[in-house]
Amino acid sequence: MNNIALEQPPEAGVDESGHLKRWAVLAAVGLGIVAALVPHITQRQDIINRLFLIFLYITLGQSWNILAGFAGQINLGHAAFFGIGALVTRTLWLNGMAFPFAFVLGGLTSMGFALLIGIPTFRLRGAYFAIGTLALAEVLRITVSNTNPLISTLPMDSITTYDLSARYYLALGLACATMLSTYLLLRSRLSLGIMALREDEDAAQATGVRTVQHKLLALAISSFFAGLAGATFAFYQVSYYPQAPFQPEWTFDALLVSFIGGLGTLIGPLLGAVFFITVREQLSLVVQAHEVVFGVLFIVIVLALPGGLVNIWARLTKLFAALRKRNKAIHIQAP
Amino acid sequence: MTLNTILQTLIFGVFVGSIYGIVAVGLGLVFGVMGILNVAHGDLLMVGGYVGFWLVTLTGIDPFLSLIIVGPLMFLMGIALNRLLYRRIIRFEGETKLKNSLLISFGLVLILQQVATLLWTGDERTIQTANAGKSLMLGGLVFPYTRLANLGIGLLIIVLLHLFLHRTYFGKALRATAEDWEAAILAGIDIQRVYMVAFSLGTALAGIAGTLVAVNYGLGPTIGLSWTLKALIVVVLAGTGSVTGAFPAGILLGVIEAISALAIDPAYREVVGLVLFMLILLLRPQGLFGKAERGLA
Repeated sequence: MNNIALEQPPEAGVDESGHLKRWAVLAAVGLGIVAALVPHITQRQDIINRLFLIFLYITLGQSWNILAGFAGQINLGHAAFFGIGALVTRTLWLNGMAFPFAFVLGGLTSMGFALLIGIPTFRLRGAYFAIGTLALAEVLRITVSNTNPLISTLPMDSITTYDLSARYYLALGLACATMLSTYLLLRSRLSLGIMALREDEDAAQATGVRTVQHKLLALAISSFFAGLAGATFAFYQVSYYPQAPFQPEWTFDALLVSFIGGLGTLIGPLLGAVFFITVREQLSLVVQAHEVVFGVLFIVIVLALPGGLVNIWARLTKLFAALRKRNKAIHIQAP
Repeated sequence: MTLNTILQTLIFGVFVGSIYGIVAVGLGLVFGVMGILNVAHGDLLMVGGYVGFWLVTLTGIDPFLSLIIVGPLMFLMGIALNRLLYRRIIRFEGETKLKNSLLISFGLVLILQQVATLLWTGDERTIQTANAGKSLMLGGLVFPYTRLANLGIGLLIIVLLHLFLHRTYFGKALRATAEDWEAAILAGIDIQRVYMVAFSLGTALAGIAGTLVAVNYGLGPTIGLSWTLKALIVVVLAGTGSVTGAFPAGILLGVIEAISALAIDPAYREVVGLVLFMLILLLRPQGLFGKAERGLA
């Protein structure tokens, strides 16, 4: 009953050695092609915006999952990395830097801050990393609202030429890159060390895993993608208060996406993002405080349903298999 | 910058630090005894502040007298939360318990924030005291009465808590459980009861601090996390070896923040806590008053 260090059989679509099965590769490529065609098929902005959010949340959730799900380190300030990416990219971009450079610099700065917190806190066990990330996010949120209190709006000429499909493809590309990187990480030797320290840090260290370096590697990847997600947000949003991407809600959403889908799984954050955005957008039409519903859902998942949707699916297939077996047995007995 | 300004800044630093101290003592008590880190502690403070606010507004009771009611009410809330949530994770091993407590309490942060916004709107509120605006003048320095009362209450609470932990039988059971819960069970201590009392006491302390915050600063549904953060930094600063050591550490943080706001730009005063946190980790991970062998792990 340890829901951080969850021992799991290979996921659906992945074989024992961690390779994707052929149908899973086909499904992934097919989904990618369909997603890439959407702006050509439909002109409906609400659909494109909704899909944009799903892609953004896949990146947000997966980037949190890389650190928490695989390395077992709880980051309570993911908003800091998202926010730094947004702040740096937006500032550089609006001051005339070409967007691709600003975008990458956003991710790299975010990684730099993450290592700044990670290096002193990962040397020690326990809650220090969680406290450090929470502190980073809160301190940046308050400091940014003090120093940049004014709303940031795109200049007039970029608003008139605003191209939603460019944002859409950026978010889609980033989500694909995050998923692919996670898959490659999981297939590499490094992931063995990372997951070993999640299961038992002492044992991992005793078998020669350099635990601090492995934690820092997971943190670097995680914060880089979180920063790029923030940069995508900065590219997408016409106007927002600079402290908005530092709000703790971003951290909470990342946690929720990972836990709903299935912490420590490759496909979990994808399922979680689709579920979360779809339900949230519907729920916000009906209930005033939909965040309360998600807060309760989150606690219930942590307490009672570790493994999320992925695990529910696995349990269901096991149940069906058992039922089928029993039916067969009955058939044999029948004549 | 005159000497007077500097002294006045220090005094206000002590006043705000005394609140940091009370918040941190509650958080540190729960952490020390139960081994869980409740990041919703600041949101319990926020709830306590609203309880105090409505008590004062609806009944017209003196704000400082209302603490006698706020404390027990929040104690009851602590019992409920412990029953509902924290009791379910207490049986896990150290690291897992800690991580689960972080996750659950982080979920609770969002719930409490949203519920508070629904119930009481996002408006900022303050409690007006009878002596608001009046101050004691001493050698050209200003000592507002309400803040003096604050400091007095803080000291009183710490003394009472110290006496409870060190002079009563149940306090001894609490300390024993904090040291080694397995040995405590073997010695016949009902640790579930100890956990319940420790958590509820922490919640009550948060509630009392919340009412003091509402009197002196301001109350809103989203203030929780920043108070949690202050408390966390103070607990790291103090080390977990001594519960009451968090009080002087809180005052220290208040003073350092006040000085830095004066010396650097007030816009960056929050950064001080983060820098302090990193320095402590690098130089003295067991904290200022902590025992060397027990860090915050």
